[in-house]
Amino acid sequence: MSRALQRRENIAGYLFMLPSLIFFAGFVIIPMVICILTSLTDANMHDKSVLGSFIGLKNFVELWQDATFLEALRNTFLIVIVSVPAVCAFSLWVGSAIYKMHSAALSAFRCIFYLPVVTGSVAVTVVWKWMYNNYYGIFNYVLKGVGVIDKNINWLGDSKTALWCIILILFTTSVGQPIVLYVSALGNVDQTLIEAAEVDGATDMQAFWRVKWPQMMPTTLYILVITTINSFQCFALIQLLTSGGSGTNTVMYYIYYTAFKLTEQSGHFGYANAMGVILAIFIGALSALQFKLAEEK
Amino acid sequence: MKKKNISAYRIVSTVILIILAFLFLFPLYWIVTGAFKTGQDINSVTPVFIPTELTLNNFAKLFAKRSAPLFRIFGAAGPNAPAAIRWLINTVFMSVMAMILTCATASMAGYALAKKRFNGRVFMFSLIICAMALPKQVILIPLLKEMSALKLYDTLWAVIFPTVGWPFGVFLMKQFSEGIPGEILEATRIDGASELKTFTTVVVPMIKPGIGALAIFTFINSWNDYFMQLIMLASGEFFTIPLGIATLQAETSIDLGLLMAGAALASVPIIIVFLIFQKYFTQGITMGAVKG
Repeated sequence: MSRALQRRENIAGYLFMLPSLIFFAGFVIIPMVICILTSLTDANMHDKSVLGSFIGLKNFVELWQDATFLEALRNTFLIVIVSVPAVCAFSLWVGSAIYKMHSAALSAFRCIFYLPVVTGSVAVTVVWKWMYNNYYGIFNYVLKGVGVIDKNINWLGDSKTALWCIILILFTTSVGQPIVLYVSALGNVDQTLIEAAEVDGATDMQAFWRVKWPQMMPTTLYILVITTINSFQCFALIQLLTSGGSGTNTVMYYIYYTAFKLTEQSGHFGYANAMGVILAIFIGALSALQFKLAEEK
Repeated sequence: MKKKNISAYRIVSTVILIILAFLFLFPLYWIVTGAFKTGQDINSVTPVFIPTELTLNNFAKLFAKRSAPLFRIFGAAGPNAPAAIRWLINTVFMSVMAMILTCATASMAGYALAKKRFNGRVFMFSLIICAMALPKQVILIPLLKEMSALKLYDTLWAVIFPTVGWPFGVFLMKQFSEGIPGEILEATRIDGASELKTFTTVVVPMIKPGIGALAIFTFINSWNDYFMQLIMLASGEFFTIPLGIATLQAETSIDLGLLMAGAALASVPIIIVFLIFQKYFTQGITMGAVKG
């Protein structure tokens, strides 16, 4: 490419990028940098200065001795470990059961499983809170009716059940996108390979796991990554249902709590941002690990 | 030729699917019927599956609960109205603004990344990919400090701008722009069209499905981004409908009818939008994942 042409491309390229870059740099990159910097300081809400004074890794050292944080971390991992495989397996099954259906039935099912996402976390939690209610809730009524339990359970108030109740809601609001992705991935699988496998006498199961599954690996990987990120960030459900009580505290909720709630550590931005950095490191590491595992397969 | 292979497995799985579909629809059914149920039906220990009597009482209570000026333009307040109406107006304004700004900036940037060979393109793209993998919510607290420094805290812009900055849109539009044939761009340039003219007359029509997908995606996500709204908005006047309902829930967790009316108001409009533009939406989700 001639020099004049390259210059023209540069100018045009940057001008087209500019509006987007202003927002990206201003409201994504700068806060990220502030997040990392303040995690090393004692910044808090009441200070005039944004950054506070430098205290090295003190926030991180304190975090590892903070029992509440460690509990929140354990709960967060439990949510991720349970919900990610469950979401993946469920959406793979639904996807493979519906992708060959008549297009009206297909889009009806796809829509229904997507609805909890569109409904929005606030409306979803408001209604689930009612369904879990100790006295008027439908769960106690139905489960008592079929004889699974013999007296009402305070689902969200009991630390034995609360976290599982939240995982169940998270599950219903997470499967929508993976199902859409699996349906389209299954539709894109090379048909000639499947026919060849059938000619060779492969059963449906073999054709699925040996031919379709490897071809869908990129989709599965993407689903794993987005579901992991989503589960790590579980916040609205916790804040609206239990406020972190009954053993349901998560890192994301604790970040919010540390930064905004009236406690001894109130407004302790540096400490909250240190948790944010740890969360980001975990998410980054897990995503990288999933990529690596998928590559080896 | 269609293969008629209705095995027992197919029948069982379809039945399970239908049951699951009903279970997934149930919370929504419960919101909508709950919103019109009488207090007696709602607080009944035996759940009332089909309301015995429909009432608008819950909505009347919701609208009577609080009031706020209907709008505020450059500090001038409009006439007083139920706060829920104002919240709905706020939410629509916020989602529409986020949608327009995102589509405009992302389609330009996506086109540049896909078709312009400018220096630093690869670096820019890697930065965008890395940012996408990071948890968005983690930056909200530093973002709050920034917004108060910019005097945008507790305005709808504090919610709109970060949504526009989120790089998913640029990524999605790049995916769509890759499909534009280089020859057409070349031909337009030889005809002497300016860069901007090429973009508006040649590029935009070709990536229209992508813009549609991004528009609906941004609209729905921004409507439902409760955490961001919670952090950035403080006074009742600038609440969005999800945030308003969440606040009502914290105040009156006993009045279930009122809460269901609120939940219906927060979710039904966005569900209707989703159902109308479903096709674009599905397309956007799949496009965002290929080669991702």
